[in-house]
Amino acid sequence: MRGATHAKWAACAAAVALAATACGGGGSSGGGGGDGSAVLSASWGDPQNPLEPANTNEVQGGKVLDMVFRGLKRYDPKTGKAQDMLADKIETTDSQNFTVTVKSGWKFSNGEAVTAKSFVDAWNYGASLKNNQKNAYFFGYIEGYDKVHPDSGSQSAGTLTGLKVTGTDTFTIKLTQKFSTFPDTLGYAAYSPLPSTFFSDHAAWLKKPVGNGPYTISSYTKGSQMQLKKWDGYTGTDKAQNGGVTLKVYTDNNTAYTDLMAGNLDLVDDIPASQLKNVKSDLGGRYINTPAGIIQTLAFPYYDKNWNKSGSDKVRQGLSMAINRDQITNTIFQKTRTPATDWTSPVLGTAGGFQDGLCGDSCKYDPTEAKKLVQEGGGIPGGQVKITYNADTGSHKEWVDAVCNSINNALGNDKACVGNPVGTFADFRNQIGQHKMTGPFRAGWQMDYPLIQNFLQPLYYTNASSNDGLWSNKDFDKLVNQANAETDTSKAIKLFQQAEGVVRDNMAAIPLWYQNGSAGYSDRLSNVALNPFSVPVYSEIKVS
Amino acid sequence: MGRYVIRRLLQMIPVFIGATLLIFLMVNVMGDPIAGLCGDRQCDPATAAQLKREFGLDKPVWQQYLTYMGNVFTGDFGTAFNGQKVTELMSTAFPVTIRLTLVAIVIEVVVGIALGVVTGLKRGRPIDTGVLLLTLVVISIPTFVTGLLLQLLLGVEWGWIKPSVSPDATFSELIVPGLVLASVSLAYVTRLTRTSIAENRRSDYVRTAVAKGLPRRRVIVRHLLRNSLIPVVTFIGTDIGALMGGAIVTERIFNIHGVGFQLYQGIVRQNTQTVVGFVTVLVLVFLVANLLVDLLYAVLDPRIRYA
Repeated sequence: MRGATHAKWAACAAAVALAATACGGGGSSGGGGGDGSAVLSASWGDPQNPLEPANTNEVQGGKVLDMVFRGLKRYDPKTGKAQDMLADKIETTDSQNFTVTVKSGWKFSNGEAVTAKSFVDAWNYGASLKNNQKNAYFFGYIEGYDKVHPDSGSQSAGTLTGLKVTGTDTFTIKLTQKFSTFPDTLGYAAYSPLPSTFFSDHAAWLKKPVGNGPYTISSYTKGSQMQLKKWDGYTGTDKAQNGGVTLKVYTDNNTAYTDLMAGNLDLVDDIPASQLKNVKSDLGGRYINTPAGIIQTLAFPYYDKNWNKSGSDKVRQGLSMAINRDQITNTIFQKTRTPATDWTSPVLGTAGGFQDGLCGDSCKYDPTEAKKLVQEGGGIPGGQVKITYNADTGSHKEWVDAVCNSINNALGNDKACVGNPVGTFADFRNQIGQHKMTGPFRAGWQMDYPLIQNFLQPLYYTNASSNDGLWSNKDFDKLVNQANAETDTSKAIKLFQQAEGVVRDNMAAIPLWYQNGSAGYSDRLSNVALNPFSVPVYSEIKVS
Repeated sequence: MGRYVIRRLLQMIPVFIGATLLIFLMVNVMGDPIAGLCGDRQCDPATAAQLKREFGLDKPVWQQYLTYMGNVFTGDFGTAFNGQKVTELMSTAFPVTIRLTLVAIVIEVVVGIALGVVTGLKRGRPIDTGVLLLTLVVISIPTFVTGLLLQLLLGVEWGWIKPSVSPDATFSELIVPGLVLASVSLAYVTRLTRTSIAENRRSDYVRTAVAKGLPRRRVIVRHLLRNSLIPVVTFIGTDIGALMGGAIVTERIFNIHGVGFQLYQGIVRQNTQTVVGFVTVLVLVFLVANLLVDLLYAVLDPRIRYA
């Protein structure tokens, strides 16, 4: 903030010639006392997809949904535990048939009541193939999904047979298989209720989404800014503590950071990598760096014979031991990553299934043992590891080069590992989808909901949606099935942990590090925190 | 003159088709754009197939190109992945970039030509050497360095301007970004004008004009400058297109939501519709600017008019 505010008047006088109107000062972010009516400004990125609950799969759109919508459950911003929000109760006797009772009295900001129908209609819309919703697979456990959203061809039904409205505030869900932790997944934004105007005037709704959360959207200029204001009619207990939030789209997170330094912006939730060195001296206590439910791993192409023969597991284990995680997270990431010791995330907590140190010696840096294991396993297939990554975003080049360097040093061969950049993320995903990988590749997993199931099943279950390397193991699949059928949650988590043990013993993927969320804010704000999804908890921020 | 204009207009057709085809092919070579839409996971095959059908990506490239060009002539530039019409994106992005380009061009023309005339007339004097050195410095420093430096000094350290431009992007907010964008071209304009003025100063028609006893001001503006401007006009004309397309760096630094930002987003998200649409318009801008330059020649020097 170096003098940006106290020297403002003098500076304004001097700058008249340069930019007369640029001196508005705080502008939208100025004024307001401690009465909770002040508006804060925050950095934002242009959402990739249209803003619909079942169509938003990235953080930027997710931020808005978190402010504008409330679902049956909500994940506690601190602990990540799923808690009832609109759900009065969700009952089941067999982990397969659920009866949901929705709390009465909730309304959408346009006055329409939130009923069981609001949920069922929204879910049917999200699942239906003709609506192109990218999160449609979230409804995949519900009976009738294969008719509404077949793998190929056209759909033979418009609605899910597993969903039935049984009263104004009650509906039933029938799943195709037992899934004991299913209710805990319902905090995900894709399961949000939708008002009838969504279906009757879709285009208008997309221009200005209407939800049932603590904020309403007062204006939305696509690609540049969204103004949200506190909704006074909000029925929930987590009312907004500020008057509203202005989300500003930034072309570059460096510019957002500069704006924060100049007092032109209140909250930045993506500190640019180049500023991590200075951020503590720039912001002092106004810098947050907390774990998020994100883990980065190296995945392997099991469809490639070279990586799937006897002894391969030793090679993978050796490679894992050749990576100096501590050094890389300290120097390249400035401690915004934590070396991984299991395949989940610390945000789950031990009760939720996180096991510190599960990976054991296999994730500890030990160059001698690494070299020995790789040799015992028959050496690196083809003599060289190529780590594939996308070079367009996320500064992946830096860490891939560092990982390769570490492997090369450990194996005493400066050609043992090289990075293999792919120009764009789309092309990277394309090559993965077409199973063209010839060696390990970057795999990042951001959880959908804070459950150990979400860190294991989509990634390692046979033919699961994100099992990009086509890893397959009967023991693992069996344990996951048992865990899903188990009605006692703590027993289910134990079974999932056993399944994770199978992943470890085979080193199905090399865990690298857990990613933290990082944010910085101006001295006008207090009570700023990031939730386990690394999204700021906007409604709790106080503006002075 | 009329035939000349028509001939130039006809020449634009193959250039236009060639340029758009090239861009179309290049973006398509980058792979399947739908694969990047689902984040770090595979799109479910049914939705991916349907999206492809909707964006027309399931057809062979030549067919995509023909359909696309057919639509373009009816004013339909397709839909971006976030559900917005590309024409809608253009209507928000182009005004901003045009304003930015205007600011840059005005700075370039006014300051550049003025400095060029002064240095050209005072060749070898300290002011000439000083400006020459200065232009050398400006040319050798990359735009993003100038941009970041000005942003840091004026925006953060001294607080004279806001470091970022608001969505409205008014003229006054665009002065500093415009200056940054113009800086390199400005230096070239100065140098071009200087050389041209210095050369023509000793020509016969200037000597005649002086001998006729015309006032010094008239000699410089009507005779000397008018004849010296031809290379400068060529440069500025081609520069209009370059500035509009090349604003990516400046727009990123100052958070300007213009053409550069949309193109960048389009490329990163591999959105063929956005990239090809914007480039098509930029190609048109280039062609029209070049045509204007050629027409201006004729105005400046009657000898160049053909037929």
